[in-house]
Amino acid sequence: MRVSLYRDTGVVLRVQKLGEADRIITLLTRQHGKVRAVAKGVRRTTSRFGARLEPFGHVDVQFYTGRTLDIVTQVETLDAFGVGLVGDYQRYTAACAVLETADRLTAEEGEPVLRLYLLVAGALRALADGERDPSLVLDAFLLRAMAFAGWAPAVVECARCGDPGPHRAFSVQAGGSVCVRCRPAGSASPAADTLTLLGALLHGDWAIAEAVESGARRETSGLVAALLQWHLERQLRSLPLVERRARPTAAAVEETS
Amino acid sequence: MYEGPVQDLIDELGRLPGVGPKSAQRIAFHLLAAEPADIARLQDALQRVKEGVVFCEVCGNVSEETQCRICRDARRDSTVVCVVEEPKDVVAVERTREFKGRYHVLGGALDPLSGVGPDQLRIRQLLARLGAADGGAEISEIIIATDPNTEGEATATYLVRMLRDFPGLTVTRLASGLPMGGDLEFADELTLGRALSGRRAM
Ligand SMILES: [Zn+2]
Ligand SMILES: [Zn+2]
Repeated sequence: MRVSLYRDTGVVLRVQKLGEADRIITLLTRQHGKVRAVAKGVRRTTSRFGARLEPFGHVDVQFYTGRTLDIVTQVETLDAFGVGLVGDYQRYTAACAVLETADRLTAEEGEPVLRLYLLVAGALRALADGERDPSLVLDAFLLRAMAFAGWAPAVVECARCGDPGPHRAFSVQAGGSVCVRCRPAGSASPAADTLTLLGALLHGDWAIAEAVESGARRETSGLVAALLQWHLERQLRSLPLVERRARPTAAAVEETS
Repeated sequence: MYEGPVQDLIDELGRLPGVGPKSAQRIAFHLLAAEPADIARLQDALQRVKEGVVFCEVCGNVSEETQCRICRDARRDSTVVCVVEEPKDVVAVERTREFKGRYHVLGGALDPLSGVGPDQLRIRQLLARLGAADGGAEISEIIIATDPNTEGEATATYLVRMLRDFPGLTVTRLASGLPMGGDLEFADELTLGRALSGRRAM
């Protein structure tokens, strides 16, 4: 049983309108897992904590246990990640994919997911700081979030028989690298650098990851997206809208229209 | 739960934005007690909004004709275009009586979490307007007036990037300052951040 008043830190994953001035806020918290709570009056311009409960906000929140949904009673900002993210569309779209993935990977409310919370906060911090390639940050987040769910792809040994690799073939359905005997029809044959990058991102080895050139980075993003879709069984809404390396300009859009 | 038609009405009303279960119930019982003539007028208005209202082919605002009243008005300055998210925002800017230019209604904000990307908004139409001479005069200024929230800010960022290569075009963003009557220490970080980046020399 929860006490009637409790406090936690969390990241705002999603906000939905409720009634005329309220919102339902979905947070991924450090101790209480995913929490859905009502924030009253936050859509009025006089609300003091409205902007603190926007997506990407890393906040310290006090909740009151309600009958159906809990109620937010106080909010302080720890990191306003949104301020940096909205100023760069590529980073904003990558950060949206982080939030949606975290939301989808936590089905149960109240189930503690400390590691995922730390991973989400870390990914948003890296995206907001703007020093690393946002596409690499997103792929590293997706791979490690999948690993927490037990879906880490095999990148060296064979995913089916465990034969020590490295192997040429890669099968999303089989769970990663596959040897010549196990490879299912339709397996991909990614570049060696792509498998190196997958491994580096899974283990957080940034020196190796950032040395990999853009062709292998693109191929890695494709495999990571395919793996995620395979395990979640449904396409994320935000992932196809993530801006990868090419930044469209007005001229490029006019050419395609 | 109520019997058949009353509950159906409450359910339908509850689907409307900003209407919670309690309000839906209140509206339903208000309608139940209303005069038949009042109900007929409401029914008629609902019918006409779906059949008679179209979107302006130039700016995307709601209109009764192919071009809206503002786009048809020759007295309005067609060199300045104010970009907003929704038709209701046109009404809000019009109410200030400060703006004499034209509008462009995007139809929402860039919100990847809801599956809304650039192709779902009327961004391409805005670029086409900039390419073509609009009512004889070239557009010289775009005022971005998207909502001061996360999605609105991201949309403004995207538009600024798309528009900065147009020669001779000035792109401005509505200033968003601190609310009057408040203490600085109570300002939220998003508002304070915007106020800092939009500061002006005195
Ligand atoms: Zn094998
Ligand atoms: Zn119009």
